[in-house]
Amino acid sequence: MTDATLPLPATRVAPAAPSRWAPMAVVVGCILLLWYVGAVALNAPQVTERLNNLGQPWDWSDLVNAAWAMERPVLPAPHQVALDFTRSVFDHAIDSPRNLLFHAGVTLSATLLGFMLGLLLGVLLAVGVVHSRVLDRGLLPWIIASQTIPILAIAPMAVVVLGSLGYPPLVSKAVISMYLCFFPVAIGMVKGLRSPEVLQMDLMRTYSASRPQLLWLLRLPAALPFLFASAKVAIATSLVGAIVGELPTGAQAGLGARLLQGSYFGQTVQIWSALVMASLLGVALVGLVGLAERATARLMGTRA
Amino acid sequence: MVRKGSASTWVAGVGFVALTALSAGILMQVHGSGPRAQETPALWLALAAWAALAVLALNRLALLQQPKPLRLLAPALLGAALLFVWEVGVVGWNVPRVLLPAPHAVAQALSTRWEVLWPDFLQTAIAVLAGFALGSGSGLAAALLCDRVDFLKRGLLPLAGLAGAVPIVGIAPIMVMWFGFDWHSKAAVAAVVTFFPMLVNTLAGLAASDTMHRDLMRTYAASHGVTLAKLRLPGALPFIFNALKINSTLALISAIVAEFFGSPIYGLGFRISAEVARMNVDVVWAAIALAALAGSLFYGLIALMERGLTFWHPSYRQ
Repeated sequence: MTDATLPLPATRVAPAAPSRWAPMAVVVGCILLLWYVGAVALNAPQVTERLNNLGQPWDWSDLVNAAWAMERPVLPAPHQVALDFTRSVFDHAIDSPRNLLFHAGVTLSATLLGFMLGLLLGVLLAVGVVHSRVLDRGLLPWIIASQTIPILAIAPMAVVVLGSLGYPPLVSKAVISMYLCFFPVAIGMVKGLRSPEVLQMDLMRTYSASRPQLLWLLRLPAALPFLFASAKVAIATSLVGAIVGELPTGAQAGLGARLLQGSYFGQTVQIWSALVMASLLGVALVGLVGLAERATARLMGTRA
Repeated sequence: MVRKGSASTWVAGVGFVALTALSAGILMQVHGSGPRAQETPALWLALAAWAALAVLALNRLALLQQPKPLRLLAPALLGAALLFVWEVGVVGWNVPRVLLPAPHAVAQALSTRWEVLWPDFLQTAIAVLAGFALGSGSGLAAALLCDRVDFLKRGLLPLAGLAGAVPIVGIAPIMVMWFGFDWHSKAAVAAVVTFFPMLVNTLAGLAASDTMHRDLMRTYAASHGVTLAKLRLPGALPFIFNALKINSTLALISAIVAEFFGSPIYGLGFRISAEVARMNVDVVWAAIALAALAGSLFYGLIALMERGLTFWHPSYRQ
């Protein structure tokens, strides 16, 4: 009798855990399907016009085939993008400006330099904020307010101004990236440096640890998880900064320049493959930070 | 912390008066037609005294915490001090205007070019608001859908996480091609950019409600919809507002960047790129200042709404 009133255990048993990848694969498949359909729908006006001009009767299959093979489509089909992507990666020498990897390399160097500078600036600011009441009360509100400023808007100006001073574009792009990515690092590190508990701080004080020792031996190790979480956000924004920094200056190299050229000359497929490259770069960079995080965690013995 | 004794109040008052007088004196000296700043040791001396006074004042203000509005004093003074250093440094040391215009030049540009900058601002503001509403709204709707359909959630959430690593602003040229030069294309970019933060945050917020609370709702025989409306959505509000705050900045940035790819002859992004090409850097800074002001106001408005709607949250309780 009690079984009827207490059916909970039976329903609470989870079904065999389904694979993590199946739902993702289905969603990606749906997106691809929608993409193909969208390519036909968006390209249809131009394609029908061209087919009508040929003066021959045509049917649906002609329309679909033509829509997926246009040279300057409104929306290129995925396989067109994939083809253009592999071609622009493998068909040219790696130092040729026609190779997408060359452009990715240019953007990557600016991203990494900016990321390093931003990391340094963010950590220094956080250490300052944690140790100085003036900086904590006076500067921290401004650091936070600086995020409501569309900092990216300064990008074109910074590139032009620093360029006119004789700095190479690499440096000016890196400065923008730095400006973008110091913020998440600074905020995350302030949180992290303050994360040790009172008990732990007191223990350090009973050892009569100096403030630098407190910072080096307790606060910094405690802040590392926060640092890596911020670094993942920061390196992604750093990439955005580098790409936007390449936009308005007539830069010849870099993924941003590639996007701009594509938009000037209506080369949609080129825009899409540059976007694919930028996305892969972003995912790879964030993944690398994740790997570094795991390696550090293992070195520090947090995860056996 | 500050003693209420009349002596210390007096000292503080005299200090602030001295600081103001010194600042005014330095500004007059720098803007005057006398010998250039580099050549007058007196200016160096005055600046050193000014810095010492300013640090003292900041230290003192940082201690003032009790009536809450007083907490704004320290950041306000630091901001004013930074502006002052900017002004004196640029004017006194003849920094080329192209490199960094003085604050007074920016303010001048803001007032003399107002007739140009205001339509620019309106153009961009429409795009930002439309994109923000569309992106945040659809992100919220998608999150609610994902909450109902677990399969969709497990498929979409990892992708949304990936979207955080991807420079989405790059779709700007495509959107300009699709939706034309006017504000629609900028709104489209802003909508796509703001969609993912809202989706991820709302899902996290919906998952945040306590098991105990949900069990209570179940004992009331509350339906999914009622549980959502009365427990889980209100519980998710802090997360949703977090996304709205992130999105307010993101929408502004992406609309401005999208304007670099082509726009009618107005818009803040257009103004910035056009005036950079003409080396009218003070107008560029004026446009950025305008955008920054609007961005801060937008953010502040959302923060106010958050205070009103999530007054129960521990971070706002006294």
